[in-house]
Amino acid sequence: MTGADVLLLALGAVAVGAGVLVVTTKHLVRAGLYLVVCLGALAGDFLVLSAELVAWVQVLIYVGAVVVLLLFAVMLTRAPIGASDDLDRPGWPAALIGGGAGLGLTALLVDAYRWSTVTLPDAGTAERLGEQIFQSWVLPFEVLSVLLLSALVGAIVLSRPDIGRAGPHGDGRAADLVDSEPGGRR
Amino acid sequence: MRPVIPYVTAALLFGLGVYGVLRRRNAVLVLMSVELMLNAVNLILVTADTTARAVLPHSGQVFALFVIVLAAAEIGVGLAIVLQLYRLRATVAVDDVPLTESPDPVGGREPAVLDSEAGR
Repeated sequence: MTGADVLLLALGAVAVGAGVLVVTTKHLVRAGLYLVVCLGALAGDFLVLSAELVAWVQVLIYVGAVVVLLLFAVMLTRAPIGASDDLDRPGWPAALIGGGAGLGLTALLVDAYRWSTVTLPDAGTAERLGEQIFQSWVLPFEVLSVLLLSALVGAIVLSRPDIGRAGPHGDGRAADLVDSEPGGRR
Repeated sequence: MRPVIPYVTAALLFGLGVYGVLRRRNAVLVLMSVELMLNAVNLILVTADTTARAVLPHSGQVFALFVIVLAAAEIGVGLAIVLQLYRLRATVAVDDVPLTESPDPVGGREPAVLDSEAGR
């Protein structure tokens, strides 16, 4: 057991513990905050695994943006403050399938890797990853930018009720708006 | 470094995510569980980058970055859908959503918040 192993064990235990709390807590807001703990522990895992850029992108995008969006959604859907009892379905099938997936994957990976050791490769700094992205993976990168743009347009179209809803029974104003706006055409 | 430790962490997180998606009723909590699953996949990719020596170096980390971007796009569209659902039905419980919409709103549940543009 080297220092990296001890760190990985500790951060993994924190991540799994916070994950358990995310899927079992009765408080909506606390689920989001436990998610922050889980994602932060995973970012620490990435740092130990010498993936520097991925760790910082994880902190920026997940902990910074995604969790804030989720908390906004919790507030905008008027979630009750305090414990709520109607968050869960009766869950024997969920426990069966989830436990089966988790324990099955665990058994598979433990059987594949046993207690072997590897030496860590050189750190994935922004320079090295940038070389890879913009040389070998530049086409997926561009496709991904198109996907982000379409997701942005899709989210806007979904959340504006005056585009995309207007049918033949809608009033003329909304129909005009749809016709005159290129973002509303799909 | 023993790669079995992060691999087992990722497997357990994935199982937790599957459990959360199937167990939770609130759509926002379902999205949180999906995030758990995506992060488990990221951890697998980054760990595989250290154990497998590929032709292109750091492919796993590049893929992890791509998955993070995909997750950001997914959460944007997903939350737009959840908010639209809340605007129409005033609930975000996923098992209250009818999979097949009845043609007249008499048999189904009335939309709780009528917006003026719908013309209904």
